[in-house]
Amino acid sequence: MSDVREAIEREDEVRRGQSALDDKRSTYRAPHPLLLIALTRMREFYREPEAIFWVYGFPIIMAVALGIAFRNRPQETIHAVVVEGPAASLVAEAIGDSSSPQEGRQSANSESPHSFTPTAPPKGEMGIARPAFHVEIVSMAEARRQLRTGKVAIAIVPRGSATGAPRWSNLDVEYLYDPTRPDAAAARAAVDEVLQRAAGRRQVVPTRETAFSEPGGRYIDFLIPGLLAASLMGGGLWGIGFVTVDLRVRNLLKRFVTTPMKRWHFLSGLILSRFAFMVTEVVVLFVFARLAFGVVVMGSWLLVILLILLGAWTFAGVGLLVACRAKTLEMASGLMNLVLLPMWIFSGIFFSSERFPDFAQPFIKALPLTPLIDALRAVMIDGAGLASVAGDMGLLLAWGVVSFVLALRWFRWY
Amino acid sequence: MSNAVRCTNLFKQYPGKPPVDAVNGLDLTVEEGECFGLLGPNGAGKTTTVEILEGLLPATRGEVEILGRRWGERDREIRQRIGISLQETKLPEKLTVREVVTLFRSFYDRGPSPLEVLRLISLEEKAGAWVKRLSGGQRQRLAVACALVGSPELLFLDEPTTGLDPQSRRQLWDILAQFRRTGRSILLTTHYMDEAERLCDRVAIVDHGRVIACDTPRRLISALGGQHVIEFALGSNGHAELCEPSVFEPLPSVCSARRDGEHLALTVDEPHVALPALLAKLDEQGSELASLTTRHASLEDVFVKLTGRHLTDDRNQ
Repeated sequence: MSDVREAIEREDEVRRGQSALDDKRSTYRAPHPLLLIALTRMREFYREPEAIFWVYGFPIIMAVALGIAFRNRPQETIHAVVVEGPAASLVAEAIGDSSSPQEGRQSANSESPHSFTPTAPPKGEMGIARPAFHVEIVSMAEARRQLRTGKVAIAIVPRGSATGAPRWSNLDVEYLYDPTRPDAAAARAAVDEVLQRAAGRRQVVPTRETAFSEPGGRYIDFLIPGLLAASLMGGGLWGIGFVTVDLRVRNLLKRFVTTPMKRWHFLSGLILSRFAFMVTEVVVLFVFARLAFGVVVMGSWLLVILLILLGAWTFAGVGLLVACRAKTLEMASGLMNLVLLPMWIFSGIFFSSERFPDFAQPFIKALPLTPLIDALRAVMIDGAGLASVAGDMGLLLAWGVVSFVLALRWFRWY
Repeated sequence: MSNAVRCTNLFKQYPGKPPVDAVNGLDLTVEEGECFGLLGPNGAGKTTTVEILEGLLPATRGEVEILGRRWGERDREIRQRIGISLQETKLPEKLTVREVVTLFRSFYDRGPSPLEVLRLISLEEKAGAWVKRLSGGQRQRLAVACALVGSPELLFLDEPTTGLDPQSRRQLWDILAQFRRTGRSILLTTHYMDEAERLCDRVAIVDHGRVIACDTPRRLISALGGQHVIEFALGSNGHAELCEPSVFEPLPSVCSARRDGEHLALTVDEPHVALPALLAKLDEQGSELASLTTRHASLEDVFVKLTGRHLTDDRNQ
């Protein structure tokens, strides 16, 4: 019985099979291959949770970590010691008083624009911090030890007359500090100011101070364009280069070539998918930077978008070039790092590339990441216009064109 | 009337020291509607030959015509009309079966819908499953489906059932049989003689980059002389002279005798005549039988007779 049914089912299958292969019957219209290739790539990506982390999570973690590390902090407490002696307590008190703000005194003195009474910065606002001091009276040996170990920035040695109560008038003061340490030099200036004022010096020129911490001038404002460019570079190299090599290793490129697929459909599909990822990447980074740090774009958004598109396209080309011959994933990774590393270091993601010596500048300026970062910074921070970043854009464009031409000439499909 | 595949005097040399002649003067013709098998051991040059025919490798020398066309001029038109399944393709693991078929289908101008193809290979119920979740047999069927999406006139299959379990192989054979019924041609390579015997109208036996025999499986086997094979091994008290195959050749109905490792193999016309004679001969010599089997002669025997080596097993070396 079951044999008969099986035979019937098989016969059925045969008929269905034949009809399926009968071209005239089929009215199926396939979607455009370019779209399907891009869609395939995107599906593969979004079904890979680790990849999502590295592409979207990593730049944000980097921004958070660096944003916190380099955030503008209120000025730190100056640690000082006064070497024991008859005038030690007079000096220590003068310094100590200046750093123990009491509500009453603070409000009383804050009227005067040139007051040096320390005031704590108002909450929730980056104010100008007046120096705060932490002072102790110690022996000379102890003072030297603390200086040596960096526990204090400055040691104050008051020398007064041996007789009578110590007074400012019969006092001279020696500062022990390392003038090459910026914090020690600052401490010296601050201590001196306090002591001179305690001894009766008056301001000659009235001064006024206003906190300057506008969006655009902070480290995070400098960092975000760098991270953005780095993410465009990484995305292009890994998202195009590595993926291409992976397809080659899996023999899928060869499998595709055995079909009538147009090769430019494949490459454009790949780049299209890269642009789709890039949009998410960029939006996530911008939204995060805006919400967490209040980063704003000073220049034209349109120009920023144009730069991002150009950068993504250029690095897609560089990625394709890196991947055009590689036959193994190991070789591809090595080549990627070889290309990525110099740009990570020299192109100025984290600090200005101008800090490298002059003889290296022509090389650094020629790397494709440098013009992208420079142009993004110019537009985002300084509000530069098209004319002033046209040179950078030209260099990027040249990198993109050369990369694509060479990659397509040398491309190995299998 | 053109042939599906015609290639003459094909040579392929890979550079090296010394250079390797993977294909060494190979001729073959696949008729329209025919299933043609390239049978040979690993390293015989089957894959190289097929890749040249598929337009993936340039030949060092020789003529190739696919569906009456040559590679190098309007290749896409040829590719629209053929389907290819490579020996090893790792389809994207995290795509569903339907997504894979739809992708491949989009490369062709015409052909069945993805669902119809899935029905054809009996993977309908797996349409939404990731490739990762498929068994080896299902993956191989999917690979063949990707070759069928363009409704090809000619199908290339490189070792389609290598590494599959018997049931999966049979399922795949059924799919290919269905395809055959629509009057299209298949060129496949295999090192399984049963696959070649079962599927192929004609088989070319390939060794060292050359076709050493080409005919229908039946005729290749009957060229052995006998349709049956008696294999036996002698016990430890066997006489040395009995180990010589030639001793058995004069027996009635025996066409040929050869040594095959521990065994001796006789090709015979009529086992019921040859067997009593063989037993009598052994009895007369006082030798004990360790084992004895009889079976139908196969393409394996043809290959062994032609080359002295087996197709698949490790005695190749």
